[in-house]
Amino acid sequence: MSKVTIATVWLDGCSGCHMSFLDQDERLIDLAPLIELVYSPLVDNKEFPEMVDVTLVEGAVSSDEDLHKIRKIRARTKILVSLGDCAVTANVPSMRNSFKVADILKRAYEENADLNAGTMPSGQVPTLLKHARPVHEIVNVDIFVPGCPPHADTINYVLTELLAGRKPDMTGRTRFGI
Amino acid sequence: MTPEELSKIASAQQETLKKYTHRIHVCVAAGCQSSDADKVKDALSAEVKAQGKEKCCLVKGVGCMGLCSAGPLVSVETGNILYQEVKPEDAKDIISSLDGEPVQRLICPTDIPFFSKQKKIVLENFGKIDPETIADYIAVGGYQALFQALTEMDPPEVINEVLKSGLRGRGGAGYPTGLKWSTVAKADSTRKYVVCNADEGDPGAFMDRSVLESDPHRVIEGMAIAAYATGADQGYIYVRAEYPLAIKRLKNAIKQAERQGLLGHNICNTTFNFNIEIRLGAGAFVCGEETALLASIEGKRGAPRPRPPFPAQSGLWGYPTLINNVETFANIPPILRNGGDWLAAIGTEKSKGTKVFALAGQVKNTGLIEVPMGIPLRQIIFEIGGGVPEGRKFKAVQTGGPSGGCIPEQHLDISTDYESLATVGSIMGSGGMIVMDETSDMVDVAKYFMEFCMSESCGKCTPCRAGTAQMHGLLDRICSGQAETRDLALLEELCDMVRNTSLCGLGQTAPNPVLSTLRYFREEYTMKLTDASAKAAAK
Amino acid sequence: MTTQTSIRVKTLVIDGRDVSAREDQTVLQVAREHNIFIPSLCYLEGLHPVGACRLCMIEVKGIPKLQPACVTRIKEGMEVVTRSERIDKYRKMVVELLFAERNHICAVCVSNGRCDLQNMAKALDIDHVGVPYQYPRLNVDATHVRFMADHNRCILCTRCVRVCDEIEGAHTWDIMARGRDSRVITDLNQPWGESESCTSCGKCVHVCPTGALFEKGKSVAEMVKRRQFLPYLTTMRESW
Repeated sequence: MSKVTIATVWLDGCSGCHMSFLDQDERLIDLAPLIELVYSPLVDNKEFPEMVDVTLVEGAVSSDEDLHKIRKIRARTKILVSLGDCAVTANVPSMRNSFKVADILKRAYEENADLNAGTMPSGQVPTLLKHARPVHEIVNVDIFVPGCPPHADTINYVLTELLAGRKPDMTGRTRFGI
Repeated sequence: MTPEELSKIASAQQETLKKYTHRIHVCVAAGCQSSDADKVKDALSAEVKAQGKEKCCLVKGVGCMGLCSAGPLVSVETGNILYQEVKPEDAKDIISSLDGEPVQRLICPTDIPFFSKQKKIVLENFGKIDPETIADYIAVGGYQALFQALTEMDPPEVINEVLKSGLRGRGGAGYPTGLKWSTVAKADSTRKYVVCNADEGDPGAFMDRSVLESDPHRVIEGMAIAAYATGADQGYIYVRAEYPLAIKRLKNAIKQAERQGLLGHNICNTTFNFNIEIRLGAGAFVCGEETALLASIEGKRGAPRPRPPFPAQSGLWGYPTLINNVETFANIPPILRNGGDWLAAIGTEKSKGTKVFALAGQVKNTGLIEVPMGIPLRQIIFEIGGGVPEGRKFKAVQTGGPSGGCIPEQHLDISTDYESLATVGSIMGSGGMIVMDETSDMVDVAKYFMEFCMSESCGKCTPCRAGTAQMHGLLDRICSGQAETRDLALLEELCDMVRNTSLCGLGQTAPNPVLSTLRYFREEYTMKLTDASAKAAAK
Repeated sequence: MTTQTSIRVKTLVIDGRDVSAREDQTVLQVAREHNIFIPSLCYLEGLHPVGACRLCMIEVKGIPKLQPACVTRIKEGMEVVTRSERIDKYRKMVVELLFAERNHICAVCVSNGRCDLQNMAKALDIDHVGVPYQYPRLNVDATHVRFMADHNRCILCTRCVRVCDEIEGAHTWDIMARGRDSRVITDLNQPWGESESCTSCGKCVHVCPTGALFEKGKSVAEMVKRRQFLPYLTTMRESW
């Protein structure tokens, strides 16, 4: 039996959800023979594969790069999982949403800059979208795992259910924050 | 004042009017005033003076004559002539022609369906009496019904006539008026109130406004009869501050009625006391909802509260309160004069009497009309309204304002009554009727009404406050071509949720314009969607 | 001193269970006495119910419209259904609308872990918000010496308005504007710290269901709301 291909992506988030993923600890060893991690900040693969079975997305969609990425990932993913509050609610990244992008950049690169104050980022840094938005406002999401971060047990439950070919039942397992 | 004194005033005024061989009526309601009817009236008066005809010729300001689109309207009562679009410069020709041939270029034909298909009960004095002269109202039988009630009937008999008439609330919901009255009458309380809801706020609606501007005493008389029947001694008229002319005429009418002893203590030498105060609304649409209106009268924030208790049990300051709208009260004097059976003979089985509509939008004859219940919608729009102008095609008619719906061509033959309008997804409402032609974008229409509901939501309950904002956002997305199939599905879910969970009528009916346009013009929505599946479905 | 009043006991059915109750009770009160969960956010025992949040909508046999349990008086023989597919759906949507309406960022909130709104989402198994977030620009009032008001987290339940008016008797809080622009305000929309009517009793802070009103100096997840005073004060006043 071929292994289930899994990808994890890191958009606008703090990587805490990836940490919680790793917090599955020894259970990762049980998962290892069943899955193949084909793309992730945790592995060295630059290009998102043509098709993966399950993609876990951490982070909100905040920049043009995020937008481009998530659209491509959606097209190449069978089951897309929004992992953690940033992906599910836009969370902390969305705290900038009631301000104008120009004002935010000004605060960061001009008012609070020690070096090269007033030089706005261009080219190398992805352009910010008007709002940081939850993944499901951009593309269809199949499973939502909220939490900041989601508990390792919840992540493990979701993965084991998916590997067993079942849709995880999130009843009693959802929570925003904490 | 006694009944005898009342008749004396009536005959004296009739005599005064008869002295004039020519009586010229100038419409001075808001519609014609906006096209300088006041100046026309002044010009006519000046011309009468200039030609030395003061003794035989009377120029009088009167209430709305209905055909607002042809205003300013002037009628020569004594010659049965109606002039349209009269300008101050026309005064000379009109006055000079009084004893000869009428001024042909100004003549407005009166044998057209706009006039002949109507049946006037509420509007019976419109165009005939001077709204600022109480004697004029008394001369046409005004306050006789009140005196009749006070001297010949006991309160249950009054209520019985209203019950027999089958009159239903003209504010929109159509609750049986007599039933409401008897509930308040039966309530055991040392104090009761009668409230007139004149917070007309539907876009395009001006029925109540016209009644107050053209025949304010009729409403006062209706309220006084209601107070007598229910055992109240204090009344309030809640009218929006945006109706300055209506307020001015109401104030004047109340003052005149008080001076004549038609309001105040021991009316008609009986033990009946009744006073009326005016309360001005600051223009919040939600204050048309009865519990919000009562809160506003009490000086509180105009927000609705859950019912029960209904105002009939616990209303103003906790006392039983009868609350009816302007048109409902305006129906009362003729019901008492002619008997409940008389009104019950007009209309359909469940909707009795007539209904006043403010005909607006893409229709030739815009204005104020009154028709018997049960008349087909098509007749209102195409015969009375004269159809859609400039050869364009009719698309839909919107009734009931932001709480109502759009009715397409295929349902125009339904009868205009409470139940039939509901079966096609709209409501009778208070009488706004907006005709739309083929150039109207129905999604845009729905968005307009949703924007109205969103900004008029009081913000108290979650579904209406946040739900209308979300629905408006989704409609905006659809209109601007940024929405997908799932957005439309979400919009429909929100409609269902807001309709079923909102606290008051505003929220419960806010989705109606969307639901009715979706029902009849769904393709206009799907055509605007951008995703692949929507495009495939559209093909 | 208690006065003798003749309050009758009536029986009704809630979710198929026969229950008895005093005739002056509401469906919500009776349900809670019998451990039947009906969600609510604006309701708080001891304050006048307003039926505003619309979470406690229930079905009553014979009435076509859903009814808010917090203001629906019980009746003899009444048959109540507190859950159904559509009620569950509507309740979820109410909470989703509240989340989307303002900027509730649970992860960085003083009430994280102790918030009625957050707990409600969990109780109703809400895993995401299906309506678009609105991201309004709202202020934080930090002018009061001891308390703060963060309008980003207000759900307009008016518990603060009611406790201030009905229990404290100060009526410092009220609501201004309409629809989605509605805001709770102190006095005539003056900064809280400049309010002359505020007694700084803190009742509003403690009845607030979210992190909208909180004590200064509290950081993420540190704000503990203590509401014991409310049933205590109401009972004391009733027996007075």
